[in-house]
Amino acid sequence: MKSGFKVIKAGILSLLQDGGRFGYSHLGLCSGGPMDKEAFRWSNRLCSNPENSGVIEVSVGGLVMEAQCSCCIALTGADIPMHINRNWAAPWQTHLIESGDRVELGYARSGMRGYLAVSGGFRCEKIFGSMSTVPRDKLGGSRQDGSAIQVGEVLSCPTLQTLPQRYKLSEEVRPVRPQGNAKLRVVLGYQHETFDLDKKQLFFASEYTLTKDSDRTGCRLKGPAIMSNVGGIFSEGICHGAIQFPPDGQPIVLMCDRPTIGGYPKLGSVFSRDMDKLGQLAHGGKVTFDTIDIETARLALLSHEEEFLAIKPEPAEL
Amino acid sequence: MNQCDYKISIAGENSIIIYFGDRACDKNAALIADTVNKLKISIGRFIIDYIPSYASLLVIYDPISTDHDLIKMEIEKSLKNLVFTEPISDGILVELPVYYSSESGPDLHNLSKTVGLSTREIIELHQSIDYRVYAMGFAPGFAYLGEVDRRIAAPRQDTPRLKVPAGSVAIADRQTAVYPCQSPGGWNLIGLCPKTMFDAAKTPPTPIQVGDRVRFRQVTRREYIALGGEI
Repeated sequence: MKSGFKVIKAGILSLLQDGGRFGYSHLGLCSGGPMDKEAFRWSNRLCSNPENSGVIEVSVGGLVMEAQCSCCIALTGADIPMHINRNWAAPWQTHLIESGDRVELGYARSGMRGYLAVSGGFRCEKIFGSMSTVPRDKLGGSRQDGSAIQVGEVLSCPTLQTLPQRYKLSEEVRPVRPQGNAKLRVVLGYQHETFDLDKKQLFFASEYTLTKDSDRTGCRLKGPAIMSNVGGIFSEGICHGAIQFPPDGQPIVLMCDRPTIGGYPKLGSVFSRDMDKLGQLAHGGKVTFDTIDIETARLALLSHEEEFLAIKPEPAEL
Repeated sequence: MNQCDYKISIAGENSIIIYFGDRACDKNAALIADTVNKLKISIGRFIIDYIPSYASLLVIYDPISTDHDLIKMEIEKSLKNLVFTEPISDGILVELPVYYSSESGPDLHNLSKTVGLSTREIIELHQSIDYRVYAMGFAPGFAYLGEVDRRIAAPRQDTPRLKVPAGSVAIADRQTAVYPCQSPGGWNLIGLCPKTMFDAAKTPPTPIQVGDRVRFRQVTRREYIALGGEI
């Protein structure tokens, strides 16, 4: 029998994700990867995995699996209740799993995406250097064709050889995620000069609502319309977090599975630290924007990286 | 010989975009290709991705190991002595067979009415130019080719189709392309190309690269099928 987890229920949308697919944007391949990178990194750290190991990004919830080997798991991200053999199991903590154990995820009480890591990482054949599942590119995942995790399949992972350290991350040091509203910092860039000052002021003073048309490709927002002075531009490269304004003036923040190029004017990009928050915001959530200059953004990124590495999770009791 | 004009802008906290003017032309395509090659040598170790397009180049870097100022400085240094003489690389010329017909190109008839030319004239004009591959995006292997003769340029469909078949050869404004896989799309479909435009198992996965040139050649229905095409 293959060592891994048999999928009993696939849930709403469960995708294998590693750090992302890089180095192929010039061929039209988007990066993919986790929508909440920090929660993703914590799930791997709690399993003592190398950075960017393959985990399951569970959107909303509903995933049920049966272990076919002994291993450790950890669930981070959205507040999704987890049960192991019908016993409640704490999130942000390493749990020992034996062959035959049933891991059951409920539905998110807050947040959108949970990250379920396993010791040694989920494994599958990589395509273009990554196992990240990108449905729009039809690439990645266990079948390499961009399809989501399906009922009946066995997700491969290594059998535990030695008993690993088990950890838990106390609540005070877990990443803070918005409950219904997110404030996003924006690095101004791209065509921001083609937006009149009063339009920019309106944008930064307004509250937008995350619509149900939002997904891993883009977060579509609804609120006061903001028009650029140019209708369209020559199609150009789009980075993660870019905020584009189609002719209707309703902003779209481009997420992990974004098209690599596009022709709508852009105001700049959401600071990467805040993209994690957006990745956890449920439909109907409120979004406001603020500016951050590029130097401040980098310093914030560096100090966060330092803090992240400095946090030592406490050992979890048996 | 003229000095290269460019503008560098912030795209995001980890990306810089270089604008090479406001035109899609061979000169800009060559400048962008040369710039990518130069940057790969000077700052390749910090770079995560490059996205060349019509008249711009997006450079995505690792913001932990470097910063905007350093990348910008290195880009300026690389471009400072970039004086345009003639394209250093003209790319390769790839011929793509196309079965043009109403059967394989359901918009051919409407396009004929829109632009006021016969379908025969459209097919001839579409084959009359060696197109430049300006960008790849939208979907893996979707190559933006330009520019088609003004007389056959036509706007996108008002309502995009939910399913455009793989291999569809299409026109939107002055761009033309081959859909690498079945996808939604709003371009005007004029024919089918039997060539696989994206194959993940191949290196490189696409038969054409940004900077290459493409020439379309008409084939019959029978030849199209013999070349592996499907109706």
